[in-house]
Amino acid sequence: MASLDRVKVLVLGDSGVGKSSLVHLLCQNQVLGNPSWTVGCSVDVRIHDYKEGTPEEKTFYIELWDVGGSVGSASSLKSTRAVFYNSVNGIILVHDLTNKKSSQNLYRWSLEALNRDSSPTGVIVSNGDYDREQFAENPVPLLLIGTKFDQIPESKRSEVLTRTAFLSEDFIAEEINLDCTNPRYLAAGTSNAVKLSRFFDKVIEKRYFTRDPSPVRLSFIYCFEDEINFPKLNKCRKPSSLF
Amino acid sequence: MSFLVDSVIMFTSQVLFFGFGWLFFMRQLFKDYEVRQYVVQVVFSVTFAFSCTMFELIIFEILGALSSSSRYFHWKLNLYVILLVLIFVVPFYIGYFVVSNIRLLQRQRLLFACMVWFTFMYFFWKLGDPFPILSPKHGILSIEQLISRVGVIGVTLMALLSGFGAVNCPYTYMSYFLRNVTDGDILALERRLLQTMDMIVSKKKRIAMTRRQMYQRGEDQNKQTGFWGMIKSVTSTQSGSENLSLIQQEVDALEELSRQLFLETVDLQSTKERIEYSKTFQGKYFNFLGYFFSIYCVWKIFMVKFWSQHISFILVGIIIVTSIRGLLITLTKFFYAISSSKSSNVIVLVLAQIMGMYFVSSVLLMRMSMPLEYRSIVTEVLGELQFNFYHRWFDVIFLVSALSSILFLYLAHKQAPEKHMAL
Repeated sequence: MASLDRVKVLVLGDSGVGKSSLVHLLCQNQVLGNPSWTVGCSVDVRIHDYKEGTPEEKTFYIELWDVGGSVGSASSLKSTRAVFYNSVNGIILVHDLTNKKSSQNLYRWSLEALNRDSSPTGVIVSNGDYDREQFAENPVPLLLIGTKFDQIPESKRSEVLTRTAFLSEDFIAEEINLDCTNPRYLAAGTSNAVKLSRFFDKVIEKRYFTRDPSPVRLSFIYCFEDEINFPKLNKCRKPSSLF
Repeated sequence: MSFLVDSVIMFTSQVLFFGFGWLFFMRQLFKDYEVRQYVVQVVFSVTFAFSCTMFELIIFEILGALSSSSRYFHWKLNLYVILLVLIFVVPFYIGYFVVSNIRLLQRQRLLFACMVWFTFMYFFWKLGDPFPILSPKHGILSIEQLISRVGVIGVTLMALLSGFGAVNCPYTYMSYFLRNVTDGDILALERRLLQTMDMIVSKKKRIAMTRRQMYQRGEDQNKQTGFWGMIKSVTSTQSGSENLSLIQQEVDALEELSRQLFLETVDLQSTKERIEYSKTFQGKYFNFLGYFFSIYCVWKIFMVKFWSQHISFILVGIIIVTSIRGLLITLTKFFYAISSSKSSNVIVLVLAQIMGMYFVSSVLLMRMSMPLEYRSIVTEVLGELQFNFYHRWFDVIFLVSALSSILFLYLAHKQAPEKHMAL
């Protein structure tokens, strides 16, 4: 039973966007009845059939690590959170479609996670500009999920979807927009379910079936006003906002 | 003519304070959140602006700037506005936003908000009864009635915060109290945390796999017919689900443990950072200040009555500036610690309320610190309140708060090293 292989996927986002509800929906196929504030990290497991329907079908465990908190937390909280970012194989970035700030904070979240996960074979140092090309070389697959889709009035939907399209281009990631209290969005056969399945397949492929046997991974060290790891780097300016 | 000039000066300064409050709100408090309800920002800035204007009027009083009639007029105006805001506007909006957060009451938001406000008014009025703050010859809606009650709440708050601050400040900054935390301690705790997470993960894998097998077996079972097929299906699912609930209980216990370990690790990390900070120049400076203030606070605790009557306005000014700055910093820290995107509006409004009441009662208490000749304006404007009562009340609450903070911090300090010994 426990002899299946596993991959670790982080679920990141601001507090209150619905990560715990999302993880519960993905793993238990049920809606979470009493969402409460996540302290520390809560993990759940989903069983995924890689390449379902083909002769190479194999079952894997996908561990979804839901890390709580906000980007503006105290540095003691950030350093403790970093413990959970080790050996991550995929990241799901969650944002609230009704709250623009949560989408903007995703840049900082992704950097916080990718920054810690550095295996020192290749290091790219940037000076704070969000460059799409650098995200393209990112070895960790990303998925963008927007929650509370049902709370957006019909008139504003196209505007919100344009905004998230920009976001998914920046991250070079697929995007799914849903409502965590309605399992219909992820029902089998919907395009969302297909995207999700494709994402998990990509994560598993990167981890177990890459053509490169040695784990050469490029990681990114971005510098921030408050997190200067190397003395040679200068202070950087804040990322320009698209919104 | 001079009245016009004075009014223009006052108005300009009020606009400046309003702008400062607005910027503080946007840049500091709400920098991680999205401002969707601008009314919250406006209410906060207005409260801040009028509170600061009160202090400005005291300074003008002492300096003798502006003509005394226009000062009196602006005092009255300012007081009415701030009372209006603190008693009507802010509590109503707090009730409104709290009600908006509760899903059930969403439909009749306004109605419930009004109900909450009436409850608040009832308790607010009842507050005045046990305290000897008024002489009975005043009417119901006079300014003295309202100010006296606001004053009681504000003075209690001030005394609580000052008492706690007087004890906590030396405790935080003096290196004598900092527990010794090594990197090894933190690494050991992190390792325990990750081990616990691994255990949780392996148990959850078992649960998921068992569920999946049950589901698959259930599908096969649906095809099985006959008497024995039914019995087999019942017994196997029975044992499967009992097993599951047992593992689920273990998982719940482990998750609770992981949360505790996480919080302990955060605690150790913050202690380590405080130790590192204390080694820097800034840290050493605050350490020295900590010793200085602790002596001052001890002196104040024991010699509370002995407060000289002739303090110059420089000291009053310093008290004003440091108390505003200290309050804003404390409010910001508090806000970061407890707010989330749902509750941020409510919390900001509560902070605005506290800030307003704090400043109003500062004015009340400051009267004692001012030389006799300047007290007259405050007495005149605020009416015949029993000021002595407020001073005695402040002293009592200050003492109680300081002593209980000492007890609390002592217990917390003693308990912590024992917890780490057990690792």
